[in-house]
Amino acid sequence: MTDAAAPTLLRTPLHDRHVALGARMVPYAGWQMPVQYASIIDEHRTVRGAVGLFDLSHMGEVQIAGVEALAFTRYAVVSDPGSLEPGQAQYSMLCDADGGIIDDLIVYRTDDGYLIVCNAANHAAVLDHLEALRGHGDFDATVEDRSERTALIAPQGPRAAELLGTLTDLDLASLGYYRSQRGTVAGIDCLVARTGYTGEDGFELFCDARRATRLWDALLEAGEPFGLKPCGLGSRDTLRLEAGMPLYGNELGRDVNPYEANLGRVVKLDKGEFMGRAALASVQQAGPARKLVGLVMRDTAIARHGYAVQVDGAEAGLVTSGTVSPTLGEPIAMAYLPAAAAGVGGEVEVIVRDRPHRAEQVKLPFYKRPKPDAG
Amino acid sequence: MFPDDLRYSREHEWVRVDGEQATIGITSFAANELGDIVFVETPEAGATLSQFASFGVVESVKAVSDLYAPISGEVMEVNDALRDQPELLNTAPFEDGWIARIKLSDPGELDALLDAAAYAELTGG
Repeated sequence: MTDAAAPTLLRTPLHDRHVALGARMVPYAGWQMPVQYASIIDEHRTVRGAVGLFDLSHMGEVQIAGVEALAFTRYAVVSDPGSLEPGQAQYSMLCDADGGIIDDLIVYRTDDGYLIVCNAANHAAVLDHLEALRGHGDFDATVEDRSERTALIAPQGPRAAELLGTLTDLDLASLGYYRSQRGTVAGIDCLVARTGYTGEDGFELFCDARRATRLWDALLEAGEPFGLKPCGLGSRDTLRLEAGMPLYGNELGRDVNPYEANLGRVVKLDKGEFMGRAALASVQQAGPARKLVGLVMRDTAIARHGYAVQVDGAEAGLVTSGTVSPTLGEPIAMAYLPAAAAGVGGEVEVIVRDRPHRAEQVKLPFYKRPKPDAG
Repeated sequence: MFPDDLRYSREHEWVRVDGEQATIGITSFAANELGDIVFVETPEAGATLSQFASFGVVESVKAVSDLYAPISGEVMEVNDALRDQPELLNTAPFEDGWIARIKLSDPGELDALLDAAAYAELTGG
């Protein structure tokens, strides 16, 4: 609320647009970002029911190129980018030698190599880690940070495809989930990816930072008949939580391995040597000691990040994220529990303001989007 | 901007005095700063509030905040409507979004509160 002693926060190319739209700007991962424009719940519902527009230009874009781009990327991440055709993408992670998660990210196979899109909070760590691995393994590959010159704008929601269709000649119907294609949107060259972090259909548009305001304005204007609203990081968080998607710093961290976070399917132990493989193989063999679970509160209280969880009266784990689900209208949360205590239907207690409140373990995700109409 | 007939605390609660009783709530400034309010926890009737001490919590989508009593006294009634409609704190903070009715234990405490003009100044109004 005050301008005093504000640290030098980075601004996305859309900063002035957010301020003009009345956004509440907050510090996030070293950036000044819109947390909401008017109402988090309203923005959340806009994405579930129509289309919301997010500025994600704070995220990191790192391009891997060169003769050994594939060999290097394969060594660095836990998934297998060797299975990607041009235009395909996959969710993945960077792990350290102990199997701890350095970041979760998306790997896109592009015309000129592999594009890694990472969390803003981990951008520097990802770059350092990739550089160290590249030197260590003597790979003939380049690691290029394109974050500063890349803007990322994401229309997300059931009407996102209709909206985008009015601004591009790309055949969106043939652009499947986790696919990307270069093309123009509103006359601006973009990498158009059908990816997101909301649990809805939607797109992530990567463009030159100098064209970001033009692209943003065009989407806002064309989106009006579709009920589009700009959406901030507040609704992004509630949307991803309902969709059961982990957030680095909450569900994921260096002290968490992918198997604990229900992300074992992402790890391809049989692809050959890669960073963290030995540690991950032994976790896979023995089974994770703890597991990420979904909780719905049965007593009237909201579980929040850091709250203790009890099983049979004894402290057993911690809540990683929690809020009132705008879609379900009830408090939801994710938490780590000992593997033996984790199981759908299991009852636990969350300590809210020094008192235990009952919660039940439920299947993740909390929300799944309705299947598109057939025909 | 803020109703003239109320008194305000620096913690953004208001008091409407009616004889020996008072109604309390949070200000529109507080509600706006908190964002969408999804849960309110208050003591039940019979509980005793101490001026400027925490007496409950209000939770928005993103955060948990303490409620501080603007005045001391015994809780006579709490606003049951907030159980199902916590958003009343956003939509009508000075009317239907009232939080509790209190029997004042020391009306002299009102002197420690701000009038509307002073509160407007506090909130940059």
